[in-house]
Amino acid sequence: MTDVLTPNAPAATTTATGTARVEVRTGGVWAAVCAVDHLVPGRGVAALLPDGGQIALFLDRTGTVHAIGNRDPFTGAYVLSRGLLGSVDGAPFVASPLLKQRFDLASGHCLDDDTVTVPAYATRVR
Amino acid sequence: MGRGRAPALRTTAPPAHERWRPVTVSHSSQPQAKPTIVLVGHGMVGQRFLEALAAEGVTARARVVVLCEEPRPAYDRVQLTSYFSGVTPEQLSMTDEAFLAEHGVELHLGDPAETVDRAARTVTARSGRTFRYDTLVLATGSYPFVPPVPGRDSAGCFVYRTIEDLLAIEEFAKDATSGVVVGGGLLGLEAAGALKGLGVRAHIVEFNARLMALQVDDGGGSALRRKIEDMGLTVHTGVGGKEITANADGAVTGMVLSDGSTLDTDMVIFSAGVRPRDQLARDCGLEVGERGGVVVDARCRTSDPAVYAIGECAKAVDGMVYGLVAPGYEMAEAAAAAIAGTAAGEGFTGADTSTKLKLLGVDVASFGDAHGTAEGCLDVIYADSRAGVYKKLVIAPDGALLGGVLVGDADAYGLLRPLTGSVPPVAPESLVLPAGAGAPAQLGPSALPDDAVVCSCHNVTKGTIRAAVTEHRCGTVPEVKTCTKAGTGCGSCVKVLGQLVDAELTAQGIEVDPGLCACFGQTRQELYEIVLALRLTSFQQLLDGHGRPEARGGEGCEVCKPAVASIIASLAPTIGAGAYVLDGEQAALQDTNDHHLANLQRNGSYSIVPRVPGGEISPEKLIVIGQVARDFGLYTKITGGQRIDLFGARVDQLPQIWARLVDAGFESGHAYGKALRTVKSCVGQTWCRYGVQDSVKMAIDLELRYRGLRAPHKLKSAVSGCQRECAEAQSKDFGVIATAGGWNLYVGGNGGATPRHGDLLAQDLSDAELVRLIDRFLMFYIRTADRLERTSVWLERIEGGLDHVRDVVVHDSLGICAELEAMMAEHVAGYRDEWAETLADPERLRRFVSFVNAPDAPDPSVRFVPERDQNKPDLDILAGPDLPVRTLEGAPLS
Repeated sequence: MTDVLTPNAPAATTTATGTARVEVRTGGVWAAVCAVDHLVPGRGVAALLPDGGQIALFLDRTGTVHAIGNRDPFTGAYVLSRGLLGSVDGAPFVASPLLKQRFDLASGHCLDDDTVTVPAYATRVR
Repeated sequence: MGRGRAPALRTTAPPAHERWRPVTVSHSSQPQAKPTIVLVGHGMVGQRFLEALAAEGVTARARVVVLCEEPRPAYDRVQLTSYFSGVTPEQLSMTDEAFLAEHGVELHLGDPAETVDRAARTVTARSGRTFRYDTLVLATGSYPFVPPVPGRDSAGCFVYRTIEDLLAIEEFAKDATSGVVVGGGLLGLEAAGALKGLGVRAHIVEFNARLMALQVDDGGGSALRRKIEDMGLTVHTGVGGKEITANADGAVTGMVLSDGSTLDTDMVIFSAGVRPRDQLARDCGLEVGERGGVVVDARCRTSDPAVYAIGECAKAVDGMVYGLVAPGYEMAEAAAAAIAGTAAGEGFTGADTSTKLKLLGVDVASFGDAHGTAEGCLDVIYADSRAGVYKKLVIAPDGALLGGVLVGDADAYGLLRPLTGSVPPVAPESLVLPAGAGAPAQLGPSALPDDAVVCSCHNVTKGTIRAAVTEHRCGTVPEVKTCTKAGTGCGSCVKVLGQLVDAELTAQGIEVDPGLCACFGQTRQELYEIVLALRLTSFQQLLDGHGRPEARGGEGCEVCKPAVASIIASLAPTIGAGAYVLDGEQAALQDTNDHHLANLQRNGSYSIVPRVPGGEISPEKLIVIGQVARDFGLYTKITGGQRIDLFGARVDQLPQIWARLVDAGFESGHAYGKALRTVKSCVGQTWCRYGVQDSVKMAIDLELRYRGLRAPHKLKSAVSGCQRECAEAQSKDFGVIATAGGWNLYVGGNGGATPRHGDLLAQDLSDAELVRLIDRFLMFYIRTADRLERTSVWLERIEGGLDHVRDVVVHDSLGICAELEAMMAEHVAGYRDEWAETLADPERLRRFVSFVNAPDAPDPSVRFVPERDQNKPDLDILAGPDLPVRTLEGAPLS
C-alpha cells in the first residue's frame, strides 16, 4: 500500500495567485489535502483520505512536506501526526507521542524496531 | 534506615551457618541455651557492631542484650549539630524497631551497666537487673573533659555530647544573650555556631595558639580564624578559663580568663576534648592504658578474652585512642568477626585520622602527616589570605605525599587523601594551585591505585568501586552508593566517585557523553545558561549556533525540543520570549500535551484537569464540572492531587469544553506540563481541632503564586496544618508543615517508584520567609537540574547535596538569591491563564481540529463503550495494536 517513493519537493509556500496546496499521492492519484500555510514548520497535522484512512502530514524547516500513515502500530491509536518532528543525520523523523518510537518520514521505517514500517506517501506542493 | 543490611560487596565468604564457630561464646553452663552477648553502650559504634553481628549471622545463634545509658537508641552523633538546623532527633536515629526485632536484639534504654563481675560473667545495670554473659563488649564511648575551673557547676554550664545536652542548651539559650565556648576544636566551633544560630553572642576560648590545633597548622588556623571572625564570632586563643563567676542564685555571670580579662556571659559550653569512658573496665580489673582507654588487641579483645572493647573507650594496638567514628566502625567489624569466628587478616591495627569538614560553612581538611613530623619532610604551601584559602602539602624527601592541610578550599581532598603515601604523578604544587594559576596537568582519579581508600568513612577502595561498575553493573553514582556504601558517610568523596564511575564506563567502551541528546553536547544546565546569557528565544538559533556540528541545520529531536521549550518558558519574562509560549516556532517544540494543553490518552483522546487551588472547591464549581462531564460524556475521576480529571475529550472538543470551564471561573491546571501541578492541603486550623495554621489558605497562595511555572520536571507540593501531616507534604518536591511558630519547609520529597522523604530545609518560617525561600529553591532547581530530573534526584546528585542547596538558598553563598527572587517575581507578574489566552485567539484555536482537511469531522477512531456508569475507550475500534507494546528500551511490557 506504500506508494512509490519520490523525492519530496520543497514547498513554494505561496504562489502569486494565492496559497499553494499540498497534494499526497494515494491510490495512484494525487489528492489535494490542504493549504501549505495550514502546516506549522516542525509539526504535523492529521488528514482524512477519501477512503476514510488517516495520514499524518509534516512540514520540516527546509519547507519539505512529508506524509506517513497516522496510525501508531505500537498502540493502534491514530496519533503519529501529534508526535515531535526531529532529524538524525539530516533525515527527518517523527517520534510517536505515546511510547516515543521514531519513524523515518521518507520511508515510514521505524528507527527503533527494524521489523516495523508504516505507510509513507509521496507529496508535492503546487 | 536500611543500615542493617550487609554491604553488597564483600569478599566471598561461606554462608553464615557454616562460619558460625562459637569458640569464644561457648562458656555457657547450659549447653542447650543460646550463648549471650552483652553490649554495653548503644552509640554509633555499638549499633555498627550489632549490624556486623547480624551480617555475620551471629544474631540468629546468640542472645544479644544491649544496655544503653541514654534514653534513646543509637543516633548520628557526628551530625549532632544538625539538630540546630532543624534535623529532628528521630531523623538522626541510626536504628529502628524493625532492625532490633528482626535480629532479636534486647535493647534496654536508660539503663547503663554499673558493675561487671568477670568471675561470674555477669553485668549488673542501674535498674538492678543482672545479665549473664558469654561475651561482653564494651562500647561505652567517651565523656567530655571539663577542665577543673572553679564555678564549673554553676547553672548555665553545659557539655556538648548528647541530644539531651543540646535540648538543655537550646532551652537555656532562650534567656541568654552571651555565651562562651571553652575549646576551639571541631565541636567547640560547632557549638559556637549553634549559639550564634540561637541568637546568642558567642566567644570561643582556646588554650592553644590556634583553632583546631589537632587538625591544622598555624597557617591553616589563621585562615580559619579570619573566616570564623567574619561570621561575627569572637575568638580568644592562647588563653584558658580561670574562673566562672556566678550570682547569688548560682547562675553564670561571667568568665575570668587566664590573662586576667573577663567576659560577661550567661552560659558556658565545655568542649575541650573527650576522655575514654573506661571506669567500668577499671572497676572490674581490666588492663587500662596510662592515659586511659581499655587496652585491646587487633581483634579488640581486652586482657580478658571474654571481654571486647570497641570505639572511643578502647586503646588500640597502635597505642591510640581514636575519637573518630570511622576507626570505631572498623573496630566494631573486627570484634564482630572475631566473635563470629571469621576473623581474617590483621584485624584493627590503626586508622587514618584524615578529616574533611565543613565548619560553619568553611571547608577544613587535614590528612596524613598534617603537621609534618616525619624526618626530612618539606612543605608546599599555597596561601591566599584575601580569599581565606590556605593549602599545605607535606612531601617526603623522595617526593611522596605524606599529608596536608586544606582550609577554605578542600576540593582536592578527595584525590589527595587516597594518594597519601605515594609519589604523585604530577608536581605537588600543581595539586594545590588554583586552576589557571599554573596548574600544569589535571590529576584525575585514574592516578589512584586500586587499593587506595576512596571512601574513608566506610573504608571502600577504588577497586571495590570499579568492581561495582564492572561486575555489579552500576552505571551511576547513586547505584554505586547503594551497592558499596561509598559516599554515604560524610559525602566528601562523591565527586571522585562520579569521576571513577565515568572513567570505568569509558574504559568499558560505554561512552559517557554528558550531552543532552544527539543534537546537543551540552547538559540542560549549560543550555539554560546559554539561553539566559544570550537572551535566545529561538530553538533554531540555539541548535545552529550551539548544537553538535552534525545536528546543525537539522530539526532537533524529541529530547531536546521539549527541553529547550521548557528552558525558554522558564526564562520567558527574563529573555523577553512572551508569556504565551505555544505560538510560532515554540509550538513546534512542545510535546503534544503542552501543544494541546491537555493530556493525551492511549486511544488518542485527551484528559482535562482544571486547577482547583489547594483542593478547595465551591459547590457551584463542582456542579459545573459535573455538567460539563455529563454533556461531553467524559469519564471523571478524583486525582491524588485533590482535583478532578475529565477523560475522553476529542481534540476538537477541547476548546468547547474549556470555553465552559473558563466561563465558570476555572483555569488551566497544567496537568499536561512539566510545571507546578497541585498544592495539596488538609483543612487546617479553620476546621481541624489539631491544626495550628491555616494550611488551606497557604496552599492556595502557593498554588496561585507558582501556577504555570515551567520546570525540568513536574512539581508537586502540599501544606499540612500540623505535624500529623495529613497532606503528606514530606513526599512532595516542596512541602510545608505548620508549626506553632510558623512553617517548616521540606524539599526533595517524592512518592512514586522511588519514594523519598523530603529534607527539612528551614523551620519556623514566617509566611514571607517561607515564600521567599520557596522562590529561591524553585528557581535554583530550574536553573541547575538536568532534563526530567525531579527535585529528589537533583538533591541526591548535586554536589554538596542538601547542605549546598541550603548554603545557596538560605545563606546566599553564591550571591544569586536576589536574581532568583527577581526571576520568580517576573514569572508571577507575567502569569496568564493559557486556556483563556488560547480561546481568545482564533489563530491559536486552529490546532484543535481532528483533521486539517475536514475541521468539522470528529476522529472516528476515538470511540467509547460504557463501564460502571461511565465511558471507557473502545480499544477494539483501533483494531488492536498489531505489535506488542514496547518500552523505549525495546523490552515488551508484560
